[in-house]
Amino acid sequence: MNNPYLQEELLKMSGVNPKKCMKCGKCSATCPAYDEMEYHPHQFVSMVNSGDIEPLMKSQSLYKCLSCFACIERCPRGVEPAKLVEAVRLAVIKKQGQNHLKADAVPTMLDEDTPQQLLVSAFRKYSK
Amino acid sequence: MQRVGVFVCWCGSNIAGTVDVQAVSDALANEPGVVFSTNYQYMCSQAGQDMIIDAVKEHNLTGIVVCSCSPRMHEATFRKTAAAAGLNPYMVEIANIREQCSWVHKDMATGTEKAIILGKAAIAKVNLNAPLTPGQSPVTKRALVIGGGIAGIQTALDIADAGFPVDIVEKNPTIGGKMAQLDKTFPTLDCAACILTPKMVDVAQNENIRIFSYSEVSEIKGFVGNFDVTIKKNARYVKEDICTGCGACVDKCPMKKVPNEFNLGMDNRSAIYIPFAQAVPKVATIDPNSCNMLKNGKCGLCARVCTAGAIDYTQKDEFINEKYGAIVVATGFNPISMDKFDEFAYNRSKDVITSLEFERLTNAAGPTAGHLERPSDGKSPKTIVFVQCVGSRCDACAQKGKEYCSKICCMYTAKHAMLTRDKYPDTEVYVFYIDVRTPGKNFDEFYRRAVEEYGVKYIKGMVGKVTPEGDKLKVQASDLIENKQLHIDADLVVLAAAIEPDKSARPLATMLTASMDTNDFFTEAHPKLRPVESPTAGVFLSGACQGPKDIPETVSQASAAASKVIGLLVKDKLTGNPCVAHSNELMCNGCSSCERVCPYGAITYEDKEFRMPDRTTKTRRIAVVNPAVCQGCGACTVACPSGAMDLNGFTSKQIMAEVDAICR
Repeated sequence: MNNPYLQEELLKMSGVNPKKCMKCGKCSATCPAYDEMEYHPHQFVSMVNSGDIEPLMKSQSLYKCLSCFACIERCPRGVEPAKLVEAVRLAVIKKQGQNHLKADAVPTMLDEDTPQQLLVSAFRKYSK
Repeated sequence: MQRVGVFVCWCGSNIAGTVDVQAVSDALANEPGVVFSTNYQYMCSQAGQDMIIDAVKEHNLTGIVVCSCSPRMHEATFRKTAAAAGLNPYMVEIANIREQCSWVHKDMATGTEKAIILGKAAIAKVNLNAPLTPGQSPVTKRALVIGGGIAGIQTALDIADAGFPVDIVEKNPTIGGKMAQLDKTFPTLDCAACILTPKMVDVAQNENIRIFSYSEVSEIKGFVGNFDVTIKKNARYVKEDICTGCGACVDKCPMKKVPNEFNLGMDNRSAIYIPFAQAVPKVATIDPNSCNMLKNGKCGLCARVCTAGAIDYTQKDEFINEKYGAIVVATGFNPISMDKFDEFAYNRSKDVITSLEFERLTNAAGPTAGHLERPSDGKSPKTIVFVQCVGSRCDACAQKGKEYCSKICCMYTAKHAMLTRDKYPDTEVYVFYIDVRTPGKNFDEFYRRAVEEYGVKYIKGMVGKVTPEGDKLKVQASDLIENKQLHIDADLVVLAAAIEPDKSARPLATMLTASMDTNDFFTEAHPKLRPVESPTAGVFLSGACQGPKDIPETVSQASAAASKVIGLLVKDKLTGNPCVAHSNELMCNGCSSCERVCPYGAITYEDKEFRMPDRTTKTRRIAVVNPAVCQGCGACTVACPSGAMDLNGFTSKQIMAEVDAICR
């Protein structure tokens, strides 16, 4: 379960130091996608810190995070949980065939109200 | 040539663990001037000191070098030893081979080499030492207390009880400080006013205490035992000695829409006002920014209704000079501004308040006469959310709050929650906490009572945001134990704002040349062993100006500071430090460089007549150092372009000899 190499990689990629966390839970208190997420922002920080990263990589929570950065803005300790979520997501999708959004799937999702910019940013977030 | 004895201390294993003490004493035995060299387990012990005294007598030593810990630790000890052996105490030099050597090295060889070098430097210096005799200065038997909160009040009362006159300088129109604004005090729940106001009356009635209210310190000169202070008494436009505090002027004043500072702006006061009924001194004050008469000469109603004739629109600021032997800083604290914490909607809703505002809301003498009402519509709140650690324990880089724990919030929040449930049992009370910190006598018991007996809902987690919606405050928060996000419709949100030192502390520290930390709290001389003294001699610390503190702790520290002041004031003379600067009048060119850099104002200039080689007389301007004022900092010796200024005990020659010895 504990993967020190992956942990180091995530910390390097994100620039986050999870040891600064004082476990106040303000990130999860502020998160607008909380109810959609299996693992919440404070759990990302705690689990990466303890090296328990595999469950996070398998979780759909990675794609529920809106990247609104409210948790980064409000964390009293400057931990920046969203950057850690982003790093775990990158660690998953950079592997062969792990793109979360494939071009073929797009037409089925389209409707008139979807702005083009949403697709662009979704590709940027969910694909290599 | 001196006859020098070298004494190398092992400090148990502190030094001997990393430094070969035998090798050090052997190597130093061969230095010029050294006639005796030895080492011992504990040089500072009685046996060690006896060893020094015996060696001085047996070998006719004229100088001593002790290779041991920092001179801050035991220089005074070994100077006394030298005096006991009949030597001048200033013939002792310490080579710091512990803090600056053994503790920072791991390798015995390099540690030993460095210890020998440090020893050589000290020997080179002691060879040039001359006996010094400290001067004495008288002590002004009067103390100044800056700040009239509970800290300043307690300090002043204790000093006055010992028989010394004390002056309190308070910037507000009344003494009492933050404690006067509180409702009840934890953990015993006695009413703050009931225990504070009798003390305020004691201050007013004490013959040894003078109160300078509505005043501030504008200049401080001098030094321990002899401070020379200028106090600026702001014009209050009311003759203090005549005003009876009847309040007729306050009733008649037509300008009634001035935000009331005492109630934190939650109600209004008139332009002429008495902050609260038990104010000391109970004297009216005119706020010049609001008074029509002072602003444009139209009104004058208060002067007409004052039967005592105390109103004086022409009053000017007054400057008072007084001498003091000791100064106590008791400038206290304030809650921080909530402006940077947008997520809690403090500036968007009147029903989001700070804990100090909550104190006023529940205080019988407050804006609602003690009835808990929402500031927006006066309804009684049914759901209250308390948020702890707002701006406390923040990361330094976040630049939003303070890094430290404000210490008092856990307990006052428990108090607020408990009292609310006691008085209004149908109110739901939530407290969001990161940790509940209750280290104090009967403190944890108090917090547990709030939970177990009063049913306050303590939730481990933080509030993420507060959104005003209709007449509700939508609170979104996390419950970390149940791993849930909570959504609460609250009527009132109370923020436990971090506390910070009063803004007047920083300029005051500059005037006192007293040191502060990065948060603007005054630094104590030693965090454990000298907690109420500033490193600046004669300056003492009382209350929250030194760090966050509750009332019991503040009062303890206030009394401790008072006892230190009394210990100083009972002395008739203070022995000075002989290591002061002196100017060689033959070399001084009168340029004033030294006078400009001297932080203590110890240097003056005088004209002196010199007889020239051709038998004429010439008048030259030369620097003169007042040894009683000089603190021996050495700034002048560096600034002097002609090398006329030198420091006793640290002459340029001595320091160069040390450098030469190290580089040899």
